[in-house]
Amino acid sequence: MTGFTDIVCPTPQGLYCPPGDFYIDPTRASPRAVVTHGHSDHARAGHGAVLATKETLAIMGARYGENFTPAPQATAYGERHRIGDATVWLAPAGHVLGSAQAVVEAHGRRIVVSGDYKRRPDPTCTLFEPVSCDVFVTEATFGLPVFRHPDDGKEVAKALHTLALFPERCVLVGAYALGKAQRIIALLRRAGYDRPVYIHGALEKLCALYAAMGVELGELRLATDAAKEEMQGHVVIAPPSALNDRWSRRLPEPVAAFASGWMRVRARARQGGVELPLIISDHADWDELTATLAELSPQEVWVTHGREEPLVHWAGLNGLTAKPLHLAGYDEEGGEGPERAA
Amino acid sequence: MNRFAELLDRLSYTPGRNDKLALIVDYFRQVPDPDRGYALAAMTGGLSFRHAKPALIRGLIEERADPTLFRWSYDYVGDMAETVALMWPARHGVNRVPELSQIVEELDRTSKLDMPGRIAGWLDALDETGRWALLKLITGAMRIGVSARLAKQAFAQYGELDIAEVEEVWHGLEPPYLDLFAWADGLEGRPEHGALAPFRPVMLSHPVEEADFARMDPAEFRAEWKWDGIRVQAVSEGGVRRLFSRTGEDISGAFPDLVEAMDFEAAVDGELLVIRDGRIAPFGDLQKRLNRKTVGRKLLKDYPAGLRVYDLLVEDGEDLRPLPFDQRRARLEAWTARLDHPRIGLSPLIPFETFGELADLRGHPDAESVEGVMLKRGDSAYLAGRPKGPWWKWKRDPFLVDAVLLYAQRGHGRRSSFYSDYTFGVWKDGALVPVGKAYFGFTDEELKQLDKFVRANTVNSFGPVREVAHEPDKGLVLEVAFEGLQRSSRHKSGIAMRFPRIHRIRWDKPPREADEIGLLETMLEG
Repeated sequence: MTGFTDIVCPTPQGLYCPPGDFYIDPTRASPRAVVTHGHSDHARAGHGAVLATKETLAIMGARYGENFTPAPQATAYGERHRIGDATVWLAPAGHVLGSAQAVVEAHGRRIVVSGDYKRRPDPTCTLFEPVSCDVFVTEATFGLPVFRHPDDGKEVAKALHTLALFPERCVLVGAYALGKAQRIIALLRRAGYDRPVYIHGALEKLCALYAAMGVELGELRLATDAAKEEMQGHVVIAPPSALNDRWSRRLPEPVAAFASGWMRVRARARQGGVELPLIISDHADWDELTATLAELSPQEVWVTHGREEPLVHWAGLNGLTAKPLHLAGYDEEGGEGPERAA
Repeated sequence: MNRFAELLDRLSYTPGRNDKLALIVDYFRQVPDPDRGYALAAMTGGLSFRHAKPALIRGLIEERADPTLFRWSYDYVGDMAETVALMWPARHGVNRVPELSQIVEELDRTSKLDMPGRIAGWLDALDETGRWALLKLITGAMRIGVSARLAKQAFAQYGELDIAEVEEVWHGLEPPYLDLFAWADGLEGRPEHGALAPFRPVMLSHPVEEADFARMDPAEFRAEWKWDGIRVQAVSEGGVRRLFSRTGEDISGAFPDLVEAMDFEAAVDGELLVIRDGRIAPFGDLQKRLNRKTVGRKLLKDYPAGLRVYDLLVEDGEDLRPLPFDQRRARLEAWTARLDHPRIGLSPLIPFETFGELADLRGHPDAESVEGVMLKRGDSAYLAGRPKGPWWKWKRDPFLVDAVLLYAQRGHGRRSSFYSDYTFGVWKDGALVPVGKAYFGFTDEELKQLDKFVRANTVNSFGPVREVAHEPDKGLVLEVAFEGLQRSSRHKSGIAMRFPRIHRIRWDKPPREADEIGLLETMLEG
């Protein structure tokens, strides 16, 4: 009798599917890869063939150049592909533009590798779709009950209130270049903020790509082209690493904001010298993680990266079979931990 | 409560004083009475709740959370109130979100037995930030970087009032300060302080500079030692005795020995010092008595508090503040002689003819624990605040030492892109040992140069801290100014500097020529 690990199993270079002979989000160049989303720790260059959504392929093209793989294969959510003895299809993961869960079916069983995901609505990507399965492979970036992300509208309102209070300063939001930055801009627009948003050069390409894919971002200007006074009372968005960098000296007395789920914990926000923590994350918080496991109630839960033990412990308390996979090579929160921002 | 929670949350992350003021003023504008008055009370230390203790809160979470998950969470977060606030199982909609005033008033009325249920009910209704603020409020450990003085300053700014006037009426008033806000809003006049022994806002001085002397006639000025203690106001009226700091904080609780000696009907201005057998002890001794709510017998015996008085504001109900200094001084001298208490002595006048003569005296003071001299016009009335002209302070020159930059740390807020906190050291047996840390004293332009130097000469990084090259011929010498030295077991070098700041950057000097620890040891106090 075949076990679940005969369909998908952990290897040093990521999750491998023996019947289809392909990897999911391999951390090293592999002959055939299914890529869940465009963050660099999941989407690497140099695979022989890549199956992904057209948005993810476009993001990889923008980051690595058009020749990142000789054989890109775009697929729509729900479109089935026969690879070897396995069937693969993608379902929306709600993480960033084009993000997907990889659904693998073989020997009459179904394993869902969710990649990174969140459950709440995001104006820049398609909502997560629960897919019933025998094994659910979940991340655990925020796998501790202290991580509860508040309503993102409330967080953006905090930034706008700060702008109103300090009209001579700007609010500099540190946000990961893919996904978070565009989501912040879209949320600002949704809150009625219609002034130009100033961006760091590192965000330019991906913002243009989002706009081309139909995500409305409004007027964007490069901070490097703007005079200091022009940015007073405006929002500036930059990668987290620019927050405390000399780059920020061009800005009018910036209020250092950082958009991340880690901002929930005060000590971590202070450590990074953040003045305005915005608790906005593209990962599921504790309540979303546990609600997802409860909703799907799979035969087994495999926990990939993050705080595996508490989530496995919770699953045990709630009658689910769960185990940590200890996969190496995946960053927490897409490389936007405060450690990296410092 | 949500608005108050948001205020505490923002304050806890905002380093700049003016930005903190702006946040508090905005809160006073947006929030109605009585909530804003209770918020003001919370920030000025005017609220305390007997039955809400940290153990109670721990008990509440243990009933609601899995112990293993709680332990992992607490390990990660590192703060009990915050862990509980974040982990609390939300029950949105079960209760109405309470107002701050409701919480404060009910906490006061609730019995010990009913307290857990009451707090749990509020925690159910609040969100994460609200729960955090509630737990910080009731356990009294807010740590939001707002002093009582800053909160009062914000209130004065909100009402466009003089902070001195606010401080003058403060001690007669009770939370939620409805009369105070009515005054600020221009609806009513200044509240009358009905309380006995109120604080009178103090008169402050300006530092005197070389150029000022040209306009000053020595015959019009009186000189006193500027003591190295803390300025206090001792008030005893109608049987009520209070010892105030210069900002109007009531510090009576920490100085029962001095309060006991205040057997008079007056308000006097003077310096709080530790005085043993008539000798004034170094500032470090006084520090052992500061920032305490109560004080033990041993401290009272080893560090006896005393007062050197230099002004008489009220005597037997008569307000002397409008009188000229010379008249007040005569009254003060007679008053001190009549009082004749060993703990309360007169701060003497220093006779002098010329400022040059005074400069020599200032350079070689024969009194201990003196940090300079005060110059006061003989005809000056006692005015609240810092009027320019009547009173001057002439500080003794600071100590200077040439030290070597060892480590630099990133600053906060607007300085977060700069390495602006500097640890420096001096030579000891051929190696550099750290002796202090300074983060001001330099201009913005010098900060840029220092930052550049740090980045270009980093030999090691530890998170936000960089180790900077410090070899005999490679590194940077900083001329550090400071006010004094004390022995300290907390510092590796065994000494602690008071008020160190960067006086000059010695770009010209190689580290090998920096000072030796021996020089500092000769400067040790006491």
